[in-house]
Amino acid sequence: MADSLPSEFDVIVIGTGLPESIFAAACSRSGQRVLHVDSRSYYGGNWASFSFSGLLSWIKEYQENNDIVIESSIWKEQILENEEAIVLSRKNRTIQNVEVFCYASQNLHEDIEETGALQKNHASVTSANSTEAADPNCLSTEEVSLSPLNSEVTAYQTPNSDTEVAPEVNDAEVTGKKESHSDDKTSEEETSKNKSTAEDSTEQLKKNRIAYSQIIKEGRRFNIDLVSKLLYSRGLLIDLLIKSNVSRYAEFKNITRILSFREGRVEQVPCSRADVFNNRHLTVIEKRMLMKFLTFCMEYEEHPDEYKGEYKAYETITFSEFLKTQKLTPNLQYFVLHSIAMTSETTSSTIDGLKATKNFLHCLGRYGNTPFLFPLYGQGELPQCFCRMCAVFGGIYCLRHSIQCLVVDKESGKCKAVIDQFGQRINSKHFLVEDSYFSENTCSLVQYRQISRAVLITDRSVLKTNSEQQISILTVPGEEPETFAVRVIELCSSTMTCMKGTYLVHLTCTSFKTAREDLEPVVQKLFIPYTEMEIENEEVEKPRILWALYFNMRDSSKVSRNCYNDLPPNVYVCSGPDCGLGNDNAVKQAETLFQQICPNEDFCPPPPNPEDIVLDEESSQSEASESSAIPPNSETPKENTNIGNSEESCE
Amino acid sequence: MHGRLKVKTSEEQAEAKRLEREQKLKLYQSATQAVFQKRQAGELDESVLELTSQILGANPDFATLWNCRREVLQQLEAQKSPEELASLVKAELVFLESCLRVNPKSYGTWHHRCWLLGRLPEPNWARELELCARFLEVDERNFHCWDYRRFVATQAAVPPAEELAFTDSLITRNFSNYSSWHYRSCLLPQLHPQPDSGPQGRLPESVLLKELELVQNAFFTDPNDQSAWFYHRWLLGRADPQDALRCLHVSRDEACLTISFSRPLLVGSGTETLLLMADESPLVVEWRTPDGRNRPSHVWLCDLPAGSLSDQLPQHTFRVIWTAGDAQKECVLFKGRQEAWCRDSATDEQLFRCELSVEKSTVLQSELKSCKELQELEPENKWCLLTIILLMRALDPLLYEKETLQYFQTLKAVDPMRAAYLDDLRSKFLLENSVLKMEYAEVRVLHLAHKDLTMLCHLEQLLLVTHLDLSHNRLRALPPALAALRCLMVLQANDNSIKSLDGVANLPQLRELSLYNNCLQQAAVLQSLASCPRLVFLDLQGNPLCQEAGISEHLAKLLPSVNSILT
Repeated sequence: MADSLPSEFDVIVIGTGLPESIFAAACSRSGQRVLHVDSRSYYGGNWASFSFSGLLSWIKEYQENNDIVIESSIWKEQILENEEAIVLSRKNRTIQNVEVFCYASQNLHEDIEETGALQKNHASVTSANSTEAADPNCLSTEEVSLSPLNSEVTAYQTPNSDTEVAPEVNDAEVTGKKESHSDDKTSEEETSKNKSTAEDSTEQLKKNRIAYSQIIKEGRRFNIDLVSKLLYSRGLLIDLLIKSNVSRYAEFKNITRILSFREGRVEQVPCSRADVFNNRHLTVIEKRMLMKFLTFCMEYEEHPDEYKGEYKAYETITFSEFLKTQKLTPNLQYFVLHSIAMTSETTSSTIDGLKATKNFLHCLGRYGNTPFLFPLYGQGELPQCFCRMCAVFGGIYCLRHSIQCLVVDKESGKCKAVIDQFGQRINSKHFLVEDSYFSENTCSLVQYRQISRAVLITDRSVLKTNSEQQISILTVPGEEPETFAVRVIELCSSTMTCMKGTYLVHLTCTSFKTAREDLEPVVQKLFIPYTEMEIENEEVEKPRILWALYFNMRDSSKVSRNCYNDLPPNVYVCSGPDCGLGNDNAVKQAETLFQQICPNEDFCPPPPNPEDIVLDEESSQSEASESSAIPPNSETPKENTNIGNSEESCE
Repeated sequence: MHGRLKVKTSEEQAEAKRLEREQKLKLYQSATQAVFQKRQAGELDESVLELTSQILGANPDFATLWNCRREVLQQLEAQKSPEELASLVKAELVFLESCLRVNPKSYGTWHHRCWLLGRLPEPNWARELELCARFLEVDERNFHCWDYRRFVATQAAVPPAEELAFTDSLITRNFSNYSSWHYRSCLLPQLHPQPDSGPQGRLPESVLLKELELVQNAFFTDPNDQSAWFYHRWLLGRADPQDALRCLHVSRDEACLTISFSRPLLVGSGTETLLLMADESPLVVEWRTPDGRNRPSHVWLCDLPAGSLSDQLPQHTFRVIWTAGDAQKECVLFKGRQEAWCRDSATDEQLFRCELSVEKSTVLQSELKSCKELQELEPENKWCLLTIILLMRALDPLLYEKETLQYFQTLKAVDPMRAAYLDDLRSKFLLENSVLKMEYAEVRVLHLAHKDLTMLCHLEQLLLVTHLDLSHNRLRALPPALAALRCLMVLQANDNSIKSLDGVANLPQLRELSLYNNCLQQAAVLQSLASCPRLVFLDLQGNPLCQEAGISEHLAKLLPSVNSILT
């Protein structure tokens, strides 16, 4: 099938992370012929989200140090005399120090099940039990948002590839494509179903206990993000999603609370007017002072005379020192510094702090009482949404498709083609390569930072309230001056990222040491391991960890293009995920790169109203045959019916 | 460029839109015409429903068409079977909902829904409550919907506690919600009925304190939000004073009896009848107001027949019974005395603290304390300043007089738009304080000079005052209500900006009137003085009218009984 790929493109994008996907969508939207490839079997690269079993295979991949790279040299024959090759890396070196801890009880036969799951991936785990199939949310959203793209994908997938952990495969199953299951798998499902019913009864006896087998069994309820981010409700990404109409492919939930951790206690930070009004811990005087300060932050730029007069002297001091001068009680200072501005105590300037606070407040109230949104089914949905838009406008997608090298014309110094894993040579004008695809030679001079990540599955929220369905963000400032603040995002099951009765907790910080060394102190403060639960009633308030994963991810943001060795001018680089909370960096990168290629083009304009599209028989036919893309006009009317809904869920 | 969609140009789009609009307008107009024709012809059938629904679906604010629909539905009620009617009503309810989605603030639509639900034999109120909740979810300040909700809650007899919980939930979401606070003010007295309270009863202290805490949270969070302050004022406000006869005065030489009431009323109209007993036998008299206009007034008087005041008896007892107000008052005129009276003292009854309640002063004190704290943080917040002033008045008007005046000054500076209102309010308070001081001193002389007054009020309280000094103020008129001062002998109103003297009329005891340095323009404004029989001294120096040629002659002619007129 691979040899059916066209050999001429305008743009080839390597890597399906968020910036690459936005870029691909923008190019495709403005009429460029786009080939978008990813060597992995799933979308998103380090931006992906996995089901639990998917994540286990991902872990295994890195723990096993996968060096099964078959060096083929077919490509060398294709390099002409006046050409040079820039060899791309075949090994992903962005993930390190992967450590897994399981605290949930795993007895012997559950163990068997787990190993089975690991070997055969999700297929054995996905006991197609009735609740799952009956879940209307699960069915409809996945179907609506992804299936057309999948048909595109499967068309280019190598036929013999065993269905691995890719999220789109899950989807295929949900939509009933049972043919992908072999017979023995189905029988395994049967047995696991039987087992699980047996377990269920014992489960009811030991109330509140969640066994590892259950996590495995309901593994597809999980959508575990590799990067933990949120969308600022007035951030660049939201603006782009709305402008480009890509928002129709995704659904979002508002973060419900901002938390702070102070003196060993987790409490809710009042940040909106309603929060302040309803807060029971603040005195009325504190309420006034907080509101007054927040109002000042909202307007600090609008009255330049006033603000210069008011804190000219503070321009040299840090934000935390500035807060001390602002008639705020220590409690409030802490809230503002760590939970609202989310800035560092020691390093950030007054202006930075005010800017951050203003940005936070500016985002409040657009979609709810906090400034953040989270995409249902995980952050990994977002790159896929843009990929879908790219595909709608004719972009071609190949997963599990690696590029062996870039071909550079010696004379012009420009890149003119790539050679893929099958040795096919594909010509293009522009090339976007995600950082992780470059070989060690290319990035020998680059100094990377690292992100420390932890993923926990817990049994209750860090702050219990009458509603279980809370999405919370909590910032724990670094203890030592040189350590970094840890961002904790706790997701409930209604975000469609974890099974009922559990919470998915993401911890993120800039690395100082390994992920575990960086994050374990915070984990220990907030949580206790599940096994300690036998010691009755002591500290039951703390959530218990069922399962934990630590890893470091390379942070290739803020790397200057000049640091990479010998890049032709028409090869563009984009970075993997950064450590920040928002997604602005990805959007900025994509837009800047797009402007370089198409200087006078609008970036992701809204798709035209289907009624306004002039159907020209000839051109649409020739297009269809040429690129075998989905003709846009067949897609748009269907989408149009969704606009109302998606708008509603978003606004 | 290759691969790009071809899209209509904006001119094409605009043209298509214009045509569409034209088409729409045509349809709308023809449908409207058809409805009116049918209505005129009396053809009130289902086709009218169909036609009106086309129009109302697009424009639910067409009130005439809703009337039309009601006419049709009334007609059909008589013709259709119950089953047919039921489906008709069901369709109508669905249609109304679709109209509300077009305009959730359409008077006509909500009214039609009220009308319809009111006619149903078994309305589904639960569904209506849910509808309200849904619309308030979208816009929690939609007062049309709040209105409708109160209608539904009353009809369905929803327990006030449930409705209160509902207002709670909306206030939690966004406390700047007048409707929600207002609804609370209706529900709380229902939930906590107090035995001895009027229709706007007071709340038990525990409830009151909880509400005060809630509302304090609101105005500390956002002191510029009026809704919370209004509710705060309601919480501390008190019910209208009970109906009472405040003062009864009998004058022997004028053979006149005067009463003042707690509220203006129209004696002689319908229910407001007064019974006058002289020495335990009813007396038929003619009641009139001091200014002779017989409009609703605080003060009414009557002439006493000669026999009832004969000097032969040692005493005469006069009793006035106000039947509707369930109040009476009695006074005894002894032999040899010229006058007698009986009155409620303003000091005892705290008549002037009615802005805020007579709640326990501890509550008011603590409110004052927190408002002062807020004022320190928000020195320029007008709501806070005004509330402080009101609280101080409720606590002790005389003790806080100086402080109150300072707050008034600040308030005027931060809220110049309402300077005149504040001046009037300040005048009122100062006048009240002066009356209190006069009563404490047990005199009938009231000094209001140099108080910067802009208006006069509470004149019905001054029935017994003999000397009144209004000099050096900013008064522009002596208002008609001044005619209530039946005992006034000397009135000084020098150095004001008085232009009219309407109130200086029919004052039986007035002897001296001093009006120098005012703005009296023409002699004609002095006309009313002629009705004051005992007036002998008039000082008009420094008024523009003194410049008129032949003014002395003119005045002598106009006021022949006034001996000395200074011009």
